[in-house]
Amino acid sequence: MSPLYLVLWLPLAGGLLLALVPNYRIAGYINVTIAAATFGSSVWLAWNVLGTGPELSPGKLFYIDAFNVYLVALTAFVGLTTAIFSRPYMQHEVERGRVGPPRMRLYHSMYQGFLFAMLLALTTNNMGVLWVAMEAATLTTVLLVSLYRTPESVEAAWKYFILCGVGIAQALFGTVLLYFAAERRLGAQRNDTLLWSVLHNHATQLDPAVLAIAFVFLLVGYGTKVGLVPLHNWLPDAHSEGPTPMSAVLSGLLLNVALYALVRVKMLVDGSLHTALAGHLMMGFGLLSFLVASLFLHRQHDIKRMYSYSSIEHMGLMTFAFGIGGALATFAALLHMTVHSLTKSSIFVTVGHASQLAGTQRIEHIRGLIRTQPQVGWGLLIGTLAIAGFPPFGVFMSEFLVLNATMKSWPWLTLPLLLGLAIAFAGLFRHLQPMVYGTPPPGQTRVKANMLPVAIHLALVLWLGLSIPLFLSHWFEQATSLISGSLPL
Amino acid sequence: MHLSELSLFSQGILVSAALVLFTSFVMLAQARIQPLIYAFAWQGALLSITTALVALVSGHTHLYISALLTFGLKALLIPWMLYRLTRRLHIQYDVEIVAHPSLTLLGGAVLVVFCYYVALPIAQLSTLVTRNTIAVSMATVLLGMLLMISRRTAVAQVIGFMSIENGLFFAAVASTYGMPMIVELGVAFDVLVAAVLFGVFFFQIRTSIDSLDVDRLNRLSERGE
Repeated sequence: MSPLYLVLWLPLAGGLLLALVPNYRIAGYINVTIAAATFGSSVWLAWNVLGTGPELSPGKLFYIDAFNVYLVALTAFVGLTTAIFSRPYMQHEVERGRVGPPRMRLYHSMYQGFLFAMLLALTTNNMGVLWVAMEAATLTTVLLVSLYRTPESVEAAWKYFILCGVGIAQALFGTVLLYFAAERRLGAQRNDTLLWSVLHNHATQLDPAVLAIAFVFLLVGYGTKVGLVPLHNWLPDAHSEGPTPMSAVLSGLLLNVALYALVRVKMLVDGSLHTALAGHLMMGFGLLSFLVASLFLHRQHDIKRMYSYSSIEHMGLMTFAFGIGGALATFAALLHMTVHSLTKSSIFVTVGHASQLAGTQRIEHIRGLIRTQPQVGWGLLIGTLAIAGFPPFGVFMSEFLVLNATMKSWPWLTLPLLLGLAIAFAGLFRHLQPMVYGTPPPGQTRVKANMLPVAIHLALVLWLGLSIPLFLSHWFEQATSLISGSLPL
Repeated sequence: MHLSELSLFSQGILVSAALVLFTSFVMLAQARIQPLIYAFAWQGALLSITTALVALVSGHTHLYISALLTFGLKALLIPWMLYRLTRRLHIQYDVEIVAHPSLTLLGGAVLVVFCYYVALPIAQLSTLVTRNTIAVSMATVLLGMLLMISRRTAVAQVIGFMSIENGLFFAAVASTYGMPMIVELGVAFDVLVAAVLFGVFFFQIRTSIDSLDVDRLNRLSERGE
């Protein structure tokens, strides 16, 4: 049995099983165990693909290549560390009375359901199933955003539901057009015309006019989920009002998966169009998101909202880099996807502890973290340093590579990029400084914090900044040559 | 080419396309909740008739299944769920005050013209029938969005959302004889789950703001209190 099926069946079965476990303490442990098993099988899968190359499942429904296998491993890894963090954290939330045991059952079941939806979206070969899985990812998380049932969280969940639902409907229309174009050329009698592998092989034969329109719809659709400005309004709300483990996986994983879908589509459209239309559109939207989000960082009052805007900023940068195309930019974007999701999920974990400690998410009431609980304060400080792109960390590496690639192909665009980075840096640190160093309000006490996931993530990001391990760079190179058609460096 | 020169099948498709578009306009103009739900159910029924028609002529047997699925889901189950919810929430006789109803309808007409314009390049490689149906399905999608924008109650927004799905389904059936079965089943499943979740949300919104007027969901913004 291929590890691929384990990767998919484990979270699905886990989701069903956890729906039946009434005790939330036991469910927390089961959740961690299943996530660990999923991660184990994803490593196994990655190992296979690394050795033997792309793998097409017998029914052609799944296709694993270098590009998605590393995202599968990353998704399973962050899923695991977040599950480890979520167990004591959510237990604490139950003790604080913010959520009751029945809703914890929903939470655990949906957590695994969400992981399943994302892994399905990553591994599937069928563009239609990709859409179904992306929609399922929304459906599984929407009730989690409103888990606390405060008016704010219900509002956030409604916005998330409606905006993402309508947005992703555009992607379905794009998929229909894709199918339409493929059927015209490849014949209506085949039933494999919606498979990505088939479409990619015949991309040059597809009608450019239809594909251009399809891409616009797909960009709007999946772009909504990536959080591209001006389709980003749901993102800060959903990320800030849901429980913190949800913010971590939404920011760290869901956005990546949506961007993955977009890049897959771009590969098809580029093959057919022979112009840079898709790339230019992605560059435009990416740069706009990057600049707007970095400005918005300054206006935040809620700590989770602030880091959500930072997610938009980084997703914008990645979209921009994928849009430039070319080997160097693609390599940088892939690296940035990895380091961003590691760093951002670790930040959200720390933020969760910080807001439990201060009893609020409002920035002006979170003060003196380092004095009250050094590991939380340092975790937040180092995490933010990493996400702002300070030198030894991996984010610096990838941002530097993006700048390099921009310098080569679009020299004058380096200016707004540098400006945006500086603005984002200032925006993050003006809020961070008093939160970490300020005087703690009287009576602020320590909370039980599990900083292990944070330490592991940040150590990995540091490692990626100092040297990229050989197997990983090999992966990235394979993925880069898949996407951009040439090898980096 | 004259309409009468087309085959009966093509004419039938064009008629049902026109009727689907018509129901979209009916929904746009309908301010009462219950008739709105009926109009939505009619749109679902028309969709499934179109699908069955396409199946009959093209011989794609799997389309019969999706016709049945559409009829069960879009014409019966979801409207029935919405109807029951409105009764349980005691809003079935509510009349919504639609701002600028005639302007909204004119805007809808403009959207339809725009969709025909966008569909022009596609028409180059396509027949008269598909050009029309692609434009109409795109228009149904956009009209659904317009419905969502112009309304303030959660129920009307959900109906707008579902009619967007209808437009997408229509596009798939009319232009490509439906999507592969696995995709259609997946989409149908997603729509069903979405419908159930919307029901859950009606109650959550009702308890949190004591109304279903989503304009009053306005707490979250960049302002600090």
